[in-house]
Amino acid sequence: MSGYTADTRIRWTESLPWVAALAFFFIFPEYLSLGARVLIFILFALSLDLILGYGGIVTLGHSAFFGLGAYTAGILSAKLGINEPFLQLAAAAGMSALLGLATGAVILRTRALTLLMLTLAITAILLEIANKWSTMTGGADGLSGVQVSPILGLFRFDLYGKTAFLYCLAALFIGWFVIRRIIYSPYGAMLTGIRDNSTRMHAIGAPVYWRLVLIYTVSATMAGIAGALLTQVNQFVGLNVLGLEPSGDILVMLILGGVGRLYGAFVGPVVYIIVQDTLAKQYPEYWYLGIGALLIVVVLFARGGILGLFDQWLSHFKPKSSARASAL
Amino acid sequence: MAFALQTEKLCKSFGALTVADNIDFRLEPGSRHALIGPNGAGKTTFVNMLTGVLAPTSGRIFLNEQEVTRSSQAARVSHGLGRTFQITTLFKTLPVLDNVALAVAERTGVARRMWRSASSHKEILEEGRSLLDALGLADDAATPAQDLPYGKQRLLEIAVTLGLRPKVLLLDEPAAGVPSHDSKRILEQLEKLPADIAILIIEHDMDLVFRFAQRITVLVQGQVLVEGTPSEIAADKRVRDVYLGEGHA
Repeated sequence: MSGYTADTRIRWTESLPWVAALAFFFIFPEYLSLGARVLIFILFALSLDLILGYGGIVTLGHSAFFGLGAYTAGILSAKLGINEPFLQLAAAAGMSALLGLATGAVILRTRALTLLMLTLAITAILLEIANKWSTMTGGADGLSGVQVSPILGLFRFDLYGKTAFLYCLAALFIGWFVIRRIIYSPYGAMLTGIRDNSTRMHAIGAPVYWRLVLIYTVSATMAGIAGALLTQVNQFVGLNVLGLEPSGDILVMLILGGVGRLYGAFVGPVVYIIVQDTLAKQYPEYWYLGIGALLIVVVLFARGGILGLFDQWLSHFKPKSSARASAL
Repeated sequence: MAFALQTEKLCKSFGALTVADNIDFRLEPGSRHALIGPNGAGKTTFVNMLTGVLAPTSGRIFLNEQEVTRSSQAARVSHGLGRTFQITTLFKTLPVLDNVALAVAERTGVARRMWRSASSHKEILEEGRSLLDALGLADDAATPAQDLPYGKQRLLEIAVTLGLRPKVLLLDEPAAGVPSHDSKRILEQLEKLPADIAILIIEHDMDLVFRFAQRITVLVQGQVLVEGTPSEIAADKRVRDVYLGEGHA
């Protein structure tokens, strides 16, 4: 819960994701590549939560920024021979920020269903460009030949994904820290106000449109960085980073975890990818069915997502007076 | 004489329908002015043009001598125009104190800050608390706005707007839907508002209007029918015919 009356101190429970990630690193060394992917999707989901959960911008086009970031990093390496990882991240961030600013400035003048369709249109256009411009993007075959130099000239991306995992964990930590600051800041409180009642926000003199354009750009930047991380970890970019499907996936992950509660973005991708991985081994053709069923159950019975359910459960053990403060 | 708010030949048409017809209106600094008129007289359209929600078809609007006819809502607020809504418009899931704090933060420019936590801005919270105190809402600071009784929601609506430190305050039916014993409480609070704020009140509750206002403007079919002191308005035959006659026969 953000806002002027919120308690912003870091609670002990907030260390759990990081403890769990480090424990995972030591306990499951054979799953680190999968783990890195989870971390990347957490960062992507966090960026979505910033605009959806706090700003109230409903989008089916967040993959536009993720995909642009992924292709920017990939093209830099495969076509231009620039393999420095931080340079790739910076370029991806810059490109996604520009796209966020340019498209946000146009589409954020609209609301609701119109806005939803426009976000979808933008990522669909990018998907078609990536598909057709095969000399640059590799088209439907994907972009291979991506290389990443050792991080800081020291840590080489290894076969087991140790470097990749810790690298993504560091990036996620920075992303989480920045987003947490924003959410608890006056800007975050203001965003909650826009989501709650934009008419009132206009009437107290807030330039609502510009405020949304700015946060949309920040979110796009983070999604772009997440996309670039995926390219660096996979050393490959496929068309599946753009279009409706990845946008829908990330939205489902966030809804599963819980929208507008920061840590929902952590829980959702973990659950989603574990379920996906488990089901895909058993029923390679029908795993989406399992995800669909899970989503229906969560939406019907746990409207605050898995974390919301957890909150309800916790509140049974707490004195009534503190019931409003959420644990996670 | 400088006017806090002034309109010149303000017109608004929706197609063939004229809802504001050459409205010349003046609000003196610190005055208590009421705008009344039968349903469909164009009161809400007039307020929406003043606040920048609707663009006038023609005519001009001045706020403290500055033309704001084409200014955005946000620009008018920073020029000192605050408004409340006929239909309660609050941040309903947020605590009462946050409702006021958001307005104070906009006025002071704090709302643009992205790094330091909101709750560490003590000056915002202090000002918010003193506003709640002034309107008798201090005990409800932590309650979500939607859980307040309706009468208190109307008061919070005013408190939020006062957080903008307006020089001109537009009250769009502050007592709308409030039972009569509560509307007295609202009137009491309105009478305590700082004397330097010019207030334009749009209200259907005639008792409230005649007790509160020093001047009254009667709007009928988009036109100013008459303007005067409460006793002049009460004595005016035309007003009695078109307006008071119907409701207070």
